Amino acid sequence: MNNISLLIIAASLAFIVYLGMRARRGIEMNLEQWSVGGRGFSALLVFVLMAGEIYTTFTFLGASGFAYGFGGPALYIVVYTVLAFVMSYWLLPPVWRFANAHKLLTQSDYFAKAYGSTALGTLVAVVSLVALIPYLILQFKGIGIIVELTSYGGIAPSAAVWIGAGAMTLYVVFSGMHGSVNTALLKDAVVLIVCVFLGLYLPYHYYGGLGDMFHALEEARPGFLALPEEGKNAVWYLSTILISGLGMYLWPHTFASVYTSKSEKSFRKNAAVMPLYALVMLFSMFVGMAAVMQVPGLSGGQIDLALLKLSIQTFDPWLVGIIGAAGLLTAIVPGSIMLIASSTLFARNIYLVTSPSTSDASLSRVSRVAALLISLIAVILTLRGGQSIVALLIMGFSFVTQLAPALFASLLWGRLTNKYGVAAGVCIGVGTVAYTVLAGVTMQQLFPTAPSWVHDVNIGVIALGLNIVTMLLVSAATCKVAQGSIAARLRSSPEPL
Amino acid sequence: MSRLFWLAAIPVVLAIGGVAIANRVTPFIFGMPFFMAWVVGSVLITSLVMWMVYLLDPANKP
Repeated sequence: MNNISLLIIAASLAFIVYLGMRARRGIEMNLEQWSVGGRGFSALLVFVLMAGEIYTTFTFLGASGFAYGFGGPALYIVVYTVLAFVMSYWLLPPVWRFANAHKLLTQSDYFAKAYGSTALGTLVAVVSLVALIPYLILQFKGIGIIVELTSYGGIAPSAAVWIGAGAMTLYVVFSGMHGSVNTALLKDAVVLIVCVFLGLYLPYHYYGGLGDMFHALEEARPGFLALPEEGKNAVWYLSTILISGLGMYLWPHTFASVYTSKSEKSFRKNAAVMPLYALVMLFSMFVGMAAVMQVPGLSGGQIDLALLKLSIQTFDPWLVGIIGAAGLLTAIVPGSIMLIASSTLFARNIYLVTSPSTSDASLSRVSRVAALLISLIAVILTLRGGQSIVALLIMGFSFVTQLAPALFASLLWGRLTNKYGVAAGVCIGVGTVAYTVLAGVTMQQLFPTAPSWVHDVNIGVIALGLNIVTMLLVSAATCKVAQGSIAARLRSSPEPL
Repeated sequence: MSRLFWLAAIPVVLAIGGVAIANRVTPFIFGMPFFMAWVVGSVLITSLVMWMVYLLDPANKP
């Protein structure tokens, strides 16, 4: 009987690979097609790709887990996503115009071109890769957990990781972005249905309805459903929203997805609908909340298992199999986009810089080999395990946010900044983040005598602040040296907002 | 452009306002705890605001 869930999961995997590989039909595959879909995606496909990128294992397992562990504060996820969507209306069209005009393929290309420095591009590429690998590992870990639990132990996590990673790498190597967008359509549909179903049914099953569940939670744990006075309080909430919102579009794969659009209008068209899409994350949180009193005792890294454990406790194997398949999709599809972005970054902004005379065809091959290698490295690191992965991911998110000042400066304050300032700012920002995470420094340690609300501010704010100050100061100090490159850059620079 | 920016400020104000005045569980609105209801309401209003921005923005007239 338990084999049913395994069968469903295996069938879904086979179907995804089929869909992904089939996407290549009728397309002359070159690097531009592989990495940015030939810049031909309609507004609808761009919507599916970009809005769908918020439906990763983070939404499925992470959001429900966070709601299970922390209650009200989990809503920060919805808020920062929506605010980032608002920002995208004005942020993405000029980025797209610039990328389209200069035929850019990666996020690093943007910084290299906007600031007239391939060295800066390589710096950004290294930072991005260091940030992306843990995110990829997180998806692989998700595959391991989801498949192990929903197959009732039928498949060991390590085998699941190999198979999942293998399937993903297969259609990435064959179809690139075309494969990812086709499978994204399927993923978004399945995740939408499964999330909404679970979010409505589970509270109904255990409490008689959503409202009843909330009342029960308020009685058992007063205040759980709003922000607490200490810990993840209002200050934490707002500062985390700020950092996360700024960082959302700076993930290299999200940034590169912008390039796939046929026109800048897509982003303006989509901005009104995307906030509604974010509401689906609420359903995932409802599941986490339902699990609070039904699957008690999960803590630390275990909170991510809340949704799966509650589902296994409640449903027959065939339904668990479907839920497992949905979870698999949330890991494989975004994972494929991350893999494409990493490989292209490596090929264009690291390999090409060291061997400038590589032909386009060879570069295309290099990207695909890189995809294989990066996937392999990520699998090995995943299997080695370790809680440091969470620390690395938090670092990854804070890393990419350090690119925000450079991005906004390129669009708004072109004359105030140059490549030296930006590079220095990024280095200081990234260095600060690495230091605070690796040394375990907290706001309390940095500012012991400050009022307590200062202690609740997200520590990424410090790094960002230092970054901006450094960027402006170094730019001002080097403005004479950089004059030539500023002039050249402004000639090719993005139009101001 | 500036009229559009004022519209876009609404979602931000709602997010901050959520913390200032909506950080409570009671009263329950449509069955949801107040804080959650506020967030949901702000998201719906944001969607509306962005739709209005789209309609008003001269960049969208062909």
